[in-house]
Amino acid sequence: MSKLTPTPGQTVGPFYGYALPFTKDNELLAPGSPGSIRLQGTVYDGAGETIPDAILEIWQPDAHGNVVQRTGSLVRDGYTFTGWGRASVGNSGVFTFTTVNPGTTPAIPGKPAAAPFISVAVFARGLMNRLFTRIYLPENEEALAADPLLSSLEPERRKTLIARRDADGGLTWDLRLQGKDETVFLDFEHVEGTSK
Amino acid sequence: MLLDANAGHHQDDELVPAAEPHAGHAPLDTAVETQADLSAEMKAIGEAYARALKDGAEPETQPRLDFAPYRSSILRHPTKSLHHADPETIELFSPAFGHQDVHALEADLTIQHNGEPQGERIIVQGKVLDGDGRPVAGQLVEIWQANAAGRYIHKRDQHPAPLDPNFTGVGRCITGPDGSYRFSTIKPGAYPWKNHLNAWRPAHIHFSLFGTDFTQRIVTQMYFPGDQLFPLDPIYQSIVDQDARDRLVATYDHELTSPEWALGYNWDIVLTGSKRTWTENEAYGDAADEE
Ligand SMILES: [Fe+2]
Repeated sequence: MSKLTPTPGQTVGPFYGYALPFTKDNELLAPGSPGSIRLQGTVYDGAGETIPDAILEIWQPDAHGNVVQRTGSLVRDGYTFTGWGRASVGNSGVFTFTTVNPGTTPAIPGKPAAAPFISVAVFARGLMNRLFTRIYLPENEEALAADPLLSSLEPERRKTLIARRDADGGLTWDLRLQGKDETVFLDFEHVEGTSK
Repeated sequence: MLLDANAGHHQDDELVPAAEPHAGHAPLDTAVETQADLSAEMKAIGEAYARALKDGAEPETQPRLDFAPYRSSILRHPTKSLHHADPETIELFSPAFGHQDVHALEADLTIQHNGEPQGERIIVQGKVLDGDGRPVAGQLVEIWQANAAGRYIHKRDQHPAPLDPNFTGVGRCITGPDGSYRFSTIKPGAYPWKNHLNAWRPAHIHFSLFGTDFTQRIVTQMYFPGDQLFPLDPIYQSIVDQDARDRLVATYDHELTSPEWALGYNWDIVLTGSKRTWTENEAYGDAADEE
Protein backbone atom coordinates (compact mmCIF):
# COMPACT_ATOMS: atom_id res chain seq x y z
CA MET A 1 0.00 0.00 0.00
CA SER A 2 2.63 2.50 1.06
CA LYS A 3 5.42 3.29 -1.34
CA LEU A 4 8.15 4.24 1.12
CA THR A 5 9.38 2.15 4.03
CA PRO A 6 8.85 3.90 7.36
CA THR A 7 11.80 5.04 9.45
CA PRO A 8 12.21 2.83 12.52
CA GLY A 9 11.28 4.12 15.95
CA GLN A 10 13.65 4.01 18.90
CA THR A 11 13.18 4.19 22.65
CA VAL A 12 12.52 7.62 24.15
CA GLY A 13 15.36 6.78 26.57
CA PRO A 14 15.79 8.16 30.10
CA PHE A 15 16.64 11.77 29.31
CA TYR A 16 13.49 13.22 27.72
CA GLY A 17 12.53 14.91 30.99
CA TYR A 18 14.06 18.28 30.20
CA ALA A 19 12.85 18.23 26.60
CA LEU A 20 9.37 16.81 26.09
CA PRO A 21 7.48 18.15 29.13
CA PHE A 22 6.20 21.72 28.99
CA THR A 23 4.09 23.96 31.18
CA LYS A 24 0.47 22.71 31.48
CA ASP A 25 1.31 19.84 29.14
CA ASN A 26 -1.25 17.61 30.89
CA GLU A 27 -3.96 20.28 31.20
CA LEU A 28 -6.17 20.07 28.12
CA LEU A 29 -8.46 22.24 30.20
CA ALA A 30 -7.64 24.23 33.30
CA PRO A 31 -8.30 22.05 36.37
CA GLY A 32 -11.65 22.91 37.92
CA SER A 33 -13.06 24.52 34.80
CA PRO A 34 -16.63 23.56 33.84
CA GLY A 35 -16.86 20.11 32.30
CA SER A 36 -13.27 19.19 33.15
CA ILE A 37 -12.44 15.78 34.58
CA ARG A 38 -9.29 14.23 35.95
CA LEU A 39 -7.90 11.24 34.08
CA GLN A 40 -5.33 9.37 36.13
CA GLY A 41 -3.59 6.06 36.27
CA THR A 42 -0.46 4.14 37.09
CA VAL A 43 2.04 2.55 34.72
CA TYR A 44 3.33 -0.92 35.63
CA ASP A 45 6.03 -3.22 34.26
CA GLY A 46 5.93 -7.00 33.94
CA ALA A 47 6.94 -7.48 37.58
CA GLY A 48 4.03 -5.33 38.74
CA GLU A 49 6.41 -2.53 39.72
CA THR A 50 5.48 1.04 38.89
CA ILE A 51 7.49 2.71 36.15
CA PRO A 52 8.78 6.20 36.91
CA ASP A 53 10.22 6.94 33.47
CA ALA A 54 7.31 6.76 31.06
CA ILE A 55 5.56 9.58 29.24
CA LEU A 56 2.03 9.38 27.82
CA GLU A 57 0.19 11.41 25.23
CA ILE A 58 -3.56 11.57 24.78
CA TRP A 59 -5.45 12.75 21.71
CA GLN A 60 -9.22 12.94 21.74
CA PRO A 61 -12.32 14.65 20.38
CA ASP A 62 -14.08 17.29 22.46
CA ALA A 63 -17.14 16.53 24.56
CA HIS A 64 -19.39 16.85 21.49
CA GLY A 65 -17.34 14.43 19.40
CA ASN A 66 -15.65 17.08 17.27
CA VAL A 67 -12.10 16.50 16.10
CA VAL A 68 -10.36 19.69 17.17
CA GLN A 69 -7.79 21.18 14.83
CA ARG A 70 -6.67 24.18 16.83
CA THR A 71 -3.08 25.13 17.55
CA GLY A 72 -1.82 26.20 20.96
CA SER A 73 -1.14 22.95 22.81
CA LEU A 74 2.45 23.94 23.65
CA VAL A 75 1.56 27.45 24.82
CA ARG A 76 -1.84 26.98 26.39
CA ASP A 77 -4.05 30.05 26.69
CA GLY A 78 -6.21 28.45 29.38
CA TYR A 79 -9.44 28.19 27.42
CA THR A 80 -8.70 26.67 23.98
CA PHE A 81 -9.26 22.92 24.03
CA THR A 82 -6.80 21.39 21.54
CA GLY A 83 -7.59 17.73 22.22
CA TRP A 84 -3.96 16.79 22.84
CA GLY A 85 -1.85 16.57 25.96
CA ARG A 86 1.28 14.98 27.37
CA ALA A 87 1.95 13.72 30.89
CA SER A 88 5.18 12.47 32.43
CA VAL A 89 4.74 9.69 34.89
CA GLY A 90 5.99 10.73 38.31
CA ASN A 91 8.28 8.80 40.67
CA SER A 92 5.31 6.78 41.89
CA GLY A 93 4.37 5.73 38.35
CA VAL A 94 1.25 7.90 38.33
CA PHE A 95 0.14 10.16 35.49
CA THR A 96 -2.63 12.75 35.52
CA PHE A 97 -4.47 14.69 32.84
CA THR A 98 -7.21 17.27 33.08
CA THR A 99 -9.53 16.84 30.12
CA VAL A 100 -13.15 16.25 29.12
CA ASN A 101 -15.14 13.09 28.51
CA PRO A 102 -14.67 12.45 24.79
CA GLY A 103 -17.83 12.61 22.71
CA THR A 104 -18.83 10.15 20.02
CA THR A 105 -17.28 11.03 16.67
CA PRO A 106 -19.43 10.47 13.59
CA ALA A 107 -18.88 6.97 12.23
CA ILE A 108 -16.50 6.60 9.31
CA PRO A 109 -18.77 6.17 6.25
CA GLY A 110 -19.52 2.50 5.72
CA LYS A 111 -18.18 1.42 9.12
CA PRO A 112 -19.88 0.72 12.44
CA ALA A 113 -19.65 3.50 15.02
CA ALA A 114 -16.93 3.34 17.64
CA ALA A 115 -17.70 3.90 21.29
CA PRO A 116 -16.16 7.12 22.64
CA PHE A 117 -12.50 6.77 23.59
CA ILE A 118 -9.26 8.64 24.14
CA SER A 119 -6.33 7.67 21.92
CA VAL A 120 -3.05 7.07 23.78
CA ALA A 121 0.60 6.91 22.73
CA VAL A 122 3.01 5.44 25.29
CA PHE A 123 6.75 6.08 25.52
CA ALA A 124 9.16 4.78 28.17
CA ARG A 125 12.77 4.06 28.86
CA GLY A 126 13.18 0.39 28.07
CA LEU A 127 10.31 0.46 25.60
CA MET A 128 11.83 0.07 22.15
CA ASN A 129 9.08 1.78 20.19
CA ARG A 130 5.99 3.75 21.10
CA LEU A 131 2.80 1.84 21.73
CA PHE A 132 -0.74 2.86 20.88
CA THR A 133 -3.78 2.04 22.93
CA ARG A 134 -7.23 3.44 23.79
CA ILE A 135 -9.11 4.49 26.92
CA TYR A 136 -12.84 3.86 26.61
CA LEU A 137 -15.47 5.42 28.85
CA PRO A 138 -17.18 2.85 31.09
CA GLU A 139 -20.74 4.05 30.39
CA ASN A 140 -23.02 2.96 27.58
CA GLU A 141 -22.67 -0.82 27.57
CA GLU A 142 -24.47 -0.99 24.25
CA ALA A 143 -21.93 1.20 22.46
CA LEU A 144 -19.06 -0.72 24.07
CA ALA A 145 -20.53 -4.04 22.96
CA ALA A 146 -20.89 -2.79 19.39
CA ASP A 147 -17.44 -1.20 19.17
CA PRO A 148 -15.38 -2.86 16.41
CA LEU A 149 -12.18 -3.09 18.47
CA LEU A 150 -13.71 -4.08 21.81
CA SER A 151 -15.93 -6.70 20.25
CA SER A 152 -12.87 -8.30 18.65
CA LEU A 153 -11.26 -8.89 22.07
CA GLU A 154 -11.68 -11.56 24.72
CA PRO A 155 -13.52 -10.16 27.78
CA GLU A 156 -10.35 -10.44 29.90
CA ARG A 157 -8.34 -8.34 27.46
CA ARG A 158 -11.18 -5.99 26.60
CA LYS A 159 -11.42 -4.71 30.16
CA THR A 160 -7.84 -3.37 30.01
CA LEU A 161 -9.11 -0.65 27.67
CA ILE A 162 -12.06 0.52 29.75
CA ALA A 163 -11.55 3.17 32.43
CA ARG A 164 -13.20 3.19 35.85
CA ARG A 165 -15.45 6.10 36.75
CA ASP A 166 -14.35 7.73 40.00
CA ALA A 167 -16.77 9.12 42.57
CA ASP A 168 -15.75 12.67 41.65
CA GLY A 169 -16.56 12.07 37.97
CA GLY A 170 -12.95 11.47 36.94
CA LEU A 171 -11.52 8.46 35.17
CA THR A 172 -8.93 5.97 36.37
CA TRP A 173 -7.12 3.78 33.89
CA ASP A 174 -3.94 1.83 34.60
CA LEU A 175 -1.42 0.81 32.01
CA ARG A 176 0.42 -2.51 32.18
CA LEU A 177 3.23 -2.94 29.69
CA GLN A 178 3.53 -6.64 30.42
CA GLY A 179 2.22 -9.54 32.46
CA LYS A 180 -1.15 -10.47 33.86
CA ASP A 181 -3.75 -7.97 32.66
CA GLU A 182 -1.28 -6.64 30.09
CA THR A 183 -2.92 -3.70 28.32
CA VAL A 184 -4.04 -4.29 24.75
CA PHE A 185 -1.74 -2.40 22.39
CA LEU A 186 -2.72 -1.66 18.84
CA ASP A 187 -1.25 -2.22 15.41
CA PHE A 188 -2.76 -0.02 12.72
CA GLU A 189 -0.43 -1.23 9.98
CA HIS A 190 -0.93 -4.95 9.60
CA VAL A 191 -3.89 -7.23 9.47
CA GLU A 192 -3.65 -9.87 12.18
CA GLY A 193 -1.78 -12.96 11.11
CA THR A 194 0.63 -11.21 8.73
CA SER A 195 4.26 -10.64 9.62
CA LYS A 196 5.41 -7.54 11.46
CA MET B 1 22.40 36.75 22.17
CA LEU B 2 20.25 35.74 25.07
CA LEU B 3 17.33 33.64 24.03
CA ASP B 4 15.03 32.19 26.57
CA ALA B 5 12.70 30.52 24.12
CA ASN B 6 12.70 27.36 26.15
CA ALA B 7 11.97 28.99 29.47
CA GLY B 8 8.89 27.53 31.00
CA HIS B 9 9.18 24.40 28.91
CA HIS B 10 11.67 22.78 31.23
CA GLN B 11 10.69 21.13 34.39
CA ASP B 12 13.19 22.36 36.90
CA ASP B 13 13.29 19.13 38.83
CA GLU B 14 14.66 17.37 35.77
CA LEU B 15 17.60 19.74 35.46
CA VAL B 16 21.00 19.22 36.98
CA PRO B 17 21.31 21.47 40.03
CA ALA B 18 23.52 24.50 39.44
CA ALA B 19 25.84 23.59 42.32
CA GLU B 20 26.12 19.96 41.41
CA PRO B 21 28.78 18.03 43.31
CA HIS B 22 31.26 16.40 40.98
CA ALA B 23 29.82 13.02 40.18
CA GLY B 24 33.17 11.25 39.92
CA HIS B 25 33.66 7.80 38.50
CA ALA B 26 31.22 5.29 39.85
CA PRO B 27 33.01 2.18 41.09
CA LEU B 28 32.84 -0.61 38.56
CA ASP B 29 30.35 -3.28 39.45
CA THR B 30 32.15 -6.60 39.31
CA ALA B 31 28.94 -8.58 38.77
CA VAL B 32 28.06 -6.65 35.65
CA GLU B 33 27.98 -8.26 32.23
CA THR B 34 30.62 -7.44 29.67
CA GLN B 35 30.38 -6.17 26.13
CA ALA B 36 31.49 -9.62 24.95
CA ASP B 37 28.45 -11.19 26.67
CA LEU B 38 26.11 -8.72 25.07
CA SER B 39 27.77 -8.89 21.66
CA ALA B 40 27.41 -12.67 21.65
CA GLU B 41 23.70 -12.37 22.41
CA MET B 42 23.19 -9.80 19.67
CA LYS B 43 25.17 -11.92 17.22
CA ALA B 44 22.92 -14.92 17.89
CA ILE B 45 19.80 -12.81 17.31
CA GLY B 46 21.30 -11.42 14.10
CA GLU B 47 22.14 -14.89 12.81
CA ALA B 48 18.66 -16.17 13.56
CA TYR B 49 17.22 -13.21 11.66
CA ALA B 50 19.53 -13.87 8.68
CA ARG B 51 18.30 -17.49 8.58
CA ALA B 52 14.67 -16.35 8.76
CA LEU B 53 15.27 -13.97 5.84
CA LYS B 54 16.82 -16.80 3.85
CA ASP B 55 13.75 -18.90 4.58
CA GLY B 56 11.59 -16.21 3.07
CA ALA B 57 10.59 -14.06 6.06
CA GLU B 58 9.66 -10.49 5.29
CA PRO B 59 12.37 -7.97 6.23
CA GLU B 60 11.69 -6.26 9.56
CA THR B 61 11.43 -2.49 9.52
CA GLN B 62 11.00 -1.56 13.19
CA PRO B 63 12.91 -2.34 16.39
CA ARG B 64 11.88 -5.48 18.22
CA LEU B 65 9.91 -4.69 21.34
CA ASP B 66 11.31 -7.87 22.85
CA PHE B 67 15.06 -7.36 22.62
CA ALA B 68 16.72 -8.73 25.76
CA PRO B 69 20.21 -7.27 25.13
CA TYR B 70 18.65 -3.92 26.07
CA ARG B 71 18.14 -5.07 29.65
CA SER B 72 15.58 -2.45 30.61
CA SER B 73 13.25 -3.79 27.93
CA ILE B 74 12.89 -7.22 29.53
CA LEU B 75 10.00 -6.23 31.82
CA ARG B 76 8.76 -3.42 29.61
CA HIS B 77 7.67 -5.11 26.38
CA PRO B 78 4.22 -6.54 25.76
CA THR B 79 4.30 -10.32 25.55
CA LYS B 80 1.05 -10.52 23.60
CA SER B 81 1.19 -9.55 19.95
CA LEU B 82 -0.12 -6.12 19.05
CA HIS B 83 -3.82 -6.26 18.25
CA HIS B 84 -4.86 -5.14 14.80
CA ALA B 85 -7.26 -2.21 14.82
CA ASP B 86 -8.71 -0.08 12.07
CA PRO B 87 -8.05 3.53 12.99
CA GLU B 88 -11.15 5.40 14.11
CA THR B 89 -11.92 9.00 13.19
CA ILE B 90 -9.85 10.63 15.94
CA GLU B 91 -6.83 8.48 15.05
CA LEU B 92 -7.06 9.61 11.43
CA PHE B 93 -6.21 13.14 12.54
CA SER B 94 -3.30 14.64 14.45
CA PRO B 95 -3.18 17.53 16.86
CA ALA B 96 -2.48 20.82 15.10
CA PHE B 97 0.63 22.81 15.94
CA GLY B 98 1.63 26.19 14.62
CA HIS B 99 3.85 29.17 15.04
CA GLN B 100 1.92 30.05 18.17
CA ASP B 101 3.40 26.90 19.68
CA VAL B 102 7.00 27.19 18.53
CA HIS B 103 9.24 30.24 18.13
CA ALA B 104 11.36 30.20 14.98
CA LEU B 105 14.53 30.60 17.06
CA GLU B 106 13.89 27.32 18.89
CA ALA B 107 15.39 25.55 15.86
CA ASP B 108 18.81 27.00 16.70
CA LEU B 109 20.26 25.20 19.72
CA THR B 110 23.46 27.26 19.56
CA ILE B 111 21.87 30.60 20.51
CA GLN B 112 19.91 29.73 23.60
CA HIS B 113 22.40 31.23 26.05
CA ASN B 114 24.81 34.15 26.34
CA GLY B 115 27.80 32.41 24.80
CA GLU B 116 28.69 29.90 22.12
CA PRO B 117 28.39 26.25 23.08
CA GLN B 118 31.49 24.07 22.92
CA GLY B 119 31.85 21.53 20.15
CA GLU B 120 31.44 20.94 16.47
CA ARG B 121 28.67 23.12 15.04
CA ILE B 122 26.33 21.21 12.69
CA ILE B 123 23.22 21.75 10.61
CA VAL B 124 20.71 18.89 10.53
CA GLN B 125 18.16 19.21 7.79
CA GLY B 126 15.67 16.97 6.07
CA LYS B 127 12.06 16.29 5.26
CA VAL B 128 9.23 14.58 7.07
CA LEU B 129 7.32 12.46 4.55
CA ASP B 130 4.43 10.07 4.88
CA GLY B 131 4.53 6.52 3.57
CA ASP B 132 3.33 7.67 0.17
CA GLY B 133 6.10 10.24 -0.11
CA ARG B 134 3.85 13.21 0.59
CA PRO B 135 5.41 15.98 2.66
CA VAL B 136 4.07 16.38 6.19
CA ALA B 137 3.60 20.16 6.34
CA GLY B 138 3.11 22.37 9.37
CA GLN B 139 3.81 19.67 11.93
CA LEU B 140 5.82 19.68 15.13
CA VAL B 141 9.37 18.29 15.28
CA GLU B 142 11.07 18.11 18.67
CA ILE B 143 14.69 17.14 19.32
CA TRP B 144 16.90 16.64 22.37
CA GLN B 145 20.48 15.58 22.74
CA ALA B 146 23.64 15.42 24.83
CA ASN B 147 26.25 18.16 24.56
CA ALA B 148 29.57 17.77 22.75
CA ALA B 149 31.02 15.96 25.76
CA GLY B 150 28.20 13.42 25.86
CA ARG B 151 26.35 14.94 28.80
CA TYR B 152 22.63 15.69 29.09
CA ILE B 153 21.24 18.49 31.25
CA HIS B 154 19.21 15.94 33.14
CA LYS B 155 19.40 15.05 36.81
CA ARG B 156 19.55 11.36 36.07
CA ASP B 157 22.59 11.72 33.82
CA GLN B 158 25.49 10.71 36.07
CA HIS B 159 28.18 10.76 33.37
CA PRO B 160 31.07 12.80 34.80
CA ALA B 161 31.56 14.77 31.59
CA PRO B 162 31.27 18.56 31.75
CA LEU B 163 27.99 20.38 31.39
CA ASP B 164 28.10 23.28 28.96
CA PRO B 165 26.54 26.45 30.38
CA ASN B 166 25.83 27.55 26.83
CA PHE B 167 24.07 24.43 25.68
CA THR B 168 20.73 22.99 26.76
CA GLY B 169 20.22 20.52 23.91
CA VAL B 170 16.52 20.99 23.22
CA GLY B 171 15.04 22.24 19.94
CA ARG B 172 11.72 22.48 18.17
CA CYS B 173 10.42 23.51 14.80
CA ILE B 174 7.34 23.37 12.60
CA THR B 175 7.85 21.71 9.21
CA GLY B 176 7.58 23.84 6.09
CA PRO B 177 5.06 23.34 3.26
CA ASP B 178 7.47 20.81 1.71
CA GLY B 179 7.80 18.88 5.00
CA SER B 180 11.25 20.31 5.63
CA TYR B 181 12.87 20.90 9.00
CA ARG B 182 16.23 22.39 9.86
CA PHE B 183 18.15 22.61 13.13
CA SER B 184 21.46 24.28 13.97
CA THR B 185 23.15 22.51 16.84
CA ILE B 186 26.34 20.92 18.17
CA LYS B 187 27.39 17.40 17.32
CA PRO B 188 26.51 15.34 20.42
CA GLY B 189 29.17 13.19 22.05
CA ALA B 190 28.92 9.46 22.67
CA TYR B 191 28.09 8.64 26.28
CA PRO B 192 28.34 5.65 28.62
CA TRP B 193 25.31 3.95 30.12
CA LYS B 194 24.75 1.13 32.55
CA ASN B 195 23.27 -1.60 30.38
CA HIS B 196 26.50 -3.58 30.76
CA LEU B 197 30.14 -2.91 31.57
CA ASN B 198 31.65 -0.43 29.11
CA ALA B 199 28.36 0.22 27.31
CA TRP B 200 28.48 3.39 25.17
CA ARG B 201 25.72 4.91 23.10
CA PRO B 202 26.72 6.00 19.60
CA ALA B 203 26.27 9.77 19.14
CA HIS B 204 22.61 10.48 18.43
CA ILE B 205 19.89 13.10 18.44
CA HIS B 206 16.44 12.14 19.76
CA PHE B 207 13.59 13.09 17.40
CA SER B 208 9.86 13.27 18.10
CA LEU B 209 7.49 13.54 15.12
CA PHE B 210 3.83 13.85 14.27
CA GLY B 211 2.14 13.07 10.99
CA THR B 212 -1.28 13.93 9.62
CA ASP B 213 -2.76 10.92 11.47
CA PHE B 214 -2.09 10.13 15.14
CA THR B 215 -1.24 6.57 14.02
CA GLN B 216 1.92 8.04 12.46
CA ARG B 217 3.29 9.34 15.77
CA ILE B 218 6.91 8.34 16.27
CA VAL B 219 9.87 8.96 18.56
CA THR B 220 13.25 7.87 17.25
CA GLN B 221 16.98 8.65 17.20
CA MET B 222 19.17 9.99 14.41
CA TYR B 223 22.74 8.71 14.21
CA PHE B 224 25.89 9.92 12.43
CA PRO B 225 27.53 8.01 9.57
CA GLY B 226 30.41 5.65 10.26
CA ASP B 227 30.02 5.36 14.02
CA GLN B 228 32.21 2.54 15.35
CA LEU B 229 29.77 1.94 18.22
CA PHE B 230 26.89 0.74 16.00
CA PRO B 231 27.68 -2.99 16.26
CA LEU B 232 28.04 -2.75 20.03
CA ASP B 233 24.88 -0.81 20.89
CA PRO B 234 21.78 -2.81 21.94
CA ILE B 235 19.44 0.10 21.17
CA TYR B 236 20.62 0.52 17.58
CA GLN B 237 20.85 -3.28 17.23
CA SER B 238 17.25 -3.74 18.43
CA ILE B 239 16.50 -3.08 14.77
CA VAL B 240 17.76 -6.37 13.40
CA ASP B 241 17.57 -5.48 9.71
CA GLN B 242 20.56 -3.58 8.31
CA ASP B 243 18.54 -1.65 5.71
CA ALA B 244 16.17 -0.54 8.45
CA ARG B 245 19.05 0.51 10.72
CA ASP B 246 20.54 2.52 7.88
CA ARG B 247 17.35 4.59 7.77
CA LEU B 248 18.34 6.12 11.12
CA VAL B 249 21.76 7.27 9.92
CA ALA B 250 22.09 10.78 8.54
CA THR B 251 24.11 11.49 5.41
CA TYR B 252 26.97 13.95 5.46
CA ASP B 253 26.07 16.60 2.88
CA HIS B 254 28.81 18.95 1.76
CA GLU B 255 26.29 21.05 -0.15
CA LEU B 256 24.57 21.71 3.15
CA THR B 257 27.83 22.47 4.96
CA SER B 258 28.07 26.18 5.61
CA PRO B 259 31.55 27.59 4.75
CA GLU B 260 33.59 28.68 7.78
CA TRP B 261 30.61 27.79 9.96
CA ALA B 262 29.01 24.35 10.28
CA LEU B 263 29.02 20.82 8.85
CA GLY B 264 25.79 19.68 7.19
CA TYR B 265 23.88 16.45 7.71
CA ASN B 266 20.78 15.40 5.86
CA TRP B 267 18.17 13.07 7.27
CA ASP B 268 14.70 12.42 5.87
CA ILE B 269 12.09 10.75 8.05
CA VAL B 270 9.35 8.57 6.59
CA LEU B 271 6.23 8.02 8.65
CA THR B 272 3.71 5.27 8.01
CA GLY B 273 1.09 5.88 5.36
CA SER B 274 -1.88 8.10 6.07
CA LYS B 275 -5.05 6.03 6.45
CA ARG B 276 -7.36 8.96 5.86
CA THR B 277 -9.40 8.87 2.66
CA TRP B 278 -11.04 11.64 0.69
CA THR B 279 -14.38 10.77 2.27
CA GLU B 280 -13.05 11.54 5.73
CA ASN B 281 -11.34 14.69 4.51
CA GLU B 282 -14.62 15.81 3.04
CA ALA B 283 -16.58 14.95 6.15
CA TYR B 284 -14.26 17.03 8.33
CA GLY B 285 -13.45 19.79 5.87
CA ASP B 286 -9.80 18.73 5.66
CA ALA B 287 -9.15 21.00 8.61
CA ALA B 288 -5.84 19.30 9.28
CA ASP B 289 -4.31 20.85 6.20
CA GLU B 290 -5.11 24.36 7.29
CA GLU B 291 -2.70 26.03 9.58
FE1 LIG C 1 20.24 9.69 24.30
